[in-house]
Amino acid sequence: MLVLEKRPSPSRFWQAATPVLAVVLTMIAGGMMFAILGKNPFEAIRTIFWDPLFGEFAWYFRGQLLVKAGPLVLIAVGLSLGFRAGIWNIGAEGQYIMGAIFGAAVGLAFYPADAWFIFPLMIVAGGFGGWLWAMIPAILRTKFRTNEILVSLLLVYVAQSILSSMALGAMRNPEGGGFPGSRNLSQYPSAANLEIIPGSGMHWGVVAAFIAVIAAYVLLQRHMLGFQIRLAGQAPRAARFAGVNPDKLVVLCMGISGGLAGLAGMFEVAGPAGQLSIDFASGYGFTAIIVAFLGRLNPIGILLAGLLMALTYVGGDNASTNLGLPSASIQAFQGMLLFFLLAVDLLSNYRIRLLTGRKI
Amino acid sequence: MDFLGGINPAVLIASLMVAAVPIMLAAIGELVVEKAGVLNLGVEGMMIMGAVVGFATAVETGSPFLGFAGGAVGAAALSLIFAFLTQVLLANQVATGLALTLFGLGLSSLIGQGYVGIKPPLTGKVPFGPLADIPVAGRILFSHDPVVYLSIAAIAAVWAVLKFSRLGLILRAVGENHDAAHALGYKVMRIRVLAIMFGGAMAGLGGAYISLIRVPQWTDGITAGAGWIALAIVVFASWKPWRVLIGAYLFGGITVLQLNLQAAGARIPVEYLSMSPYLITILVLVIMSADKNRAALNAPAALGRNFHASR
Repeated sequence: MLVLEKRPSPSRFWQAATPVLAVVLTMIAGGMMFAILGKNPFEAIRTIFWDPLFGEFAWYFRGQLLVKAGPLVLIAVGLSLGFRAGIWNIGAEGQYIMGAIFGAAVGLAFYPADAWFIFPLMIVAGGFGGWLWAMIPAILRTKFRTNEILVSLLLVYVAQSILSSMALGAMRNPEGGGFPGSRNLSQYPSAANLEIIPGSGMHWGVVAAFIAVIAAYVLLQRHMLGFQIRLAGQAPRAARFAGVNPDKLVVLCMGISGGLAGLAGMFEVAGPAGQLSIDFASGYGFTAIIVAFLGRLNPIGILLAGLLMALTYVGGDNASTNLGLPSASIQAFQGMLLFFLLAVDLLSNYRIRLLTGRKI
Repeated sequence: MDFLGGINPAVLIASLMVAAVPIMLAAIGELVVEKAGVLNLGVEGMMIMGAVVGFATAVETGSPFLGFAGGAVGAAALSLIFAFLTQVLLANQVATGLALTLFGLGLSSLIGQGYVGIKPPLTGKVPFGPLADIPVAGRILFSHDPVVYLSIAAIAAVWAVLKFSRLGLILRAVGENHDAAHALGYKVMRIRVLAIMFGGAMAGLGGAYISLIRVPQWTDGITAGAGWIALAIVVFASWKPWRVLIGAYLFGGITVLQLNLQAAGARIPVEYLSMSPYLITILVLVIMSADKNRAALNAPAALGRNFHASR
């Protein structure tokens, strides 16, 4: 009989090995899913994971990789801080939308002026928008003990309503011939989030993501706040005795994750997306949750996980154009990845023992 | 009897009862799950699985009854993944619930691809004969499809089982203190798995109701947050079955009212009306949780904690 035996402390080997194992298992299960859909599983997996990196059109796909990974990493790094401390900000999608709205609003307000300070101001506004949206669940939790999971998530739907109201109303392009959607910010030089090296996909959002990874790493390893976050997650009682103020931690973690999600939204609206439209929200805020867990809530891990998840997006697009693989199957594939990750996580916290012989 | 620009109150009440059904079913299922000490945040994913599987079954078989059964089975099957991960592999319940929602949303749109733009078979109303012709009361009480009555019966049944039966006592014991329940010889894992499957089946019924009766058609993301609102209603109800009914009707009322205001061409923009159910849900959550004593007393003590029998 198999029994589980709790390890005194999580296994370091398995902590590093489980994400890899989960990816392999997901590829196997995903291959089976593709086979059920009537596609050749090996070809599908190769189209998703190999061709974008080393195939014929890799020069195009590699750039796309950073474009997709940027917002994912930026949001996931913020979320991971809260998740470590047991603060569940599930509404990053809403904060991402609000960041985009605030950022775009500033850009559009200055149109068609030409000045160096517009883009930096948009960055500030975007971060502020996301921060503001995350402060709602944070303050409700600290003042009224309202569950932040539900509030942050319900606010996503509210943000989506605001987005469509903006795209159809206040921020609609006056020269757009009545079509919904704002002016195209990527064609407005003072507000555009352009690629720093053309063709590389490296825009300012990607730079921000790298900075966030480094800052989060330093914060967690070297700063008192990082220590408090880790302590609050691993031993809430001990944290209280050590003088950690849980309310302060909630406000800080929610604020950082909201601000970063807002930045991601702002960089997206000024760059790859270009304009505020009804279908601007593409689910990065939710996928970033998977990225945070896949990266084991570790900044460096999140960077790698973000690149991998971006690969599934890019490869998924590739597979849907070349193999006719439904784009929804990539979403299911990403969900599956999180399942396997949570399942194999057992190995790092427990030892599996084969119980033979007599019962004690 | 007209007010609010031509909205008939009897019709309003009758339609809010219909609007409340999906979240009522999902919430009463989740209430049982949480009473057993498990926090399943995957309600949204299970609902949408129920919606798509129920829709597909009803279209293929031509029978709405089989559709509802299929929706319940499909969502219960999905909830088994959650049960396996959290009960056997002891995964974090919050993260697994989220995974269930993300996976359910993806899988449902994959399954539903061939069903966009199709009309499902019509679900008949319960024939009450002359009773339905009674003015006002007939419209409110005797003009619905069977699921409306089923949802109220489900509330009554859950209330009775939790309050009066041995099964309910065991379920609550597992949810309050799993170590004590284990020491008494109850199978904590088995009871929780069954509760999770019940919750899944109810969420699936609720989802199938959306795609088969309320909308009725299949589109991606058709549940639009209903699962999250169901979770909020369990908190609003402070884990008491009859309050789930009140919460669901309150929410149904707001939904119907804002839809009617949209149709009547109210001066408030459509987007602000359609966000009102979510805002009011948040407001209600805040009011409920602000009362420190009540919120803390009623939540099952072992909610969200995993059980590992060390001996």
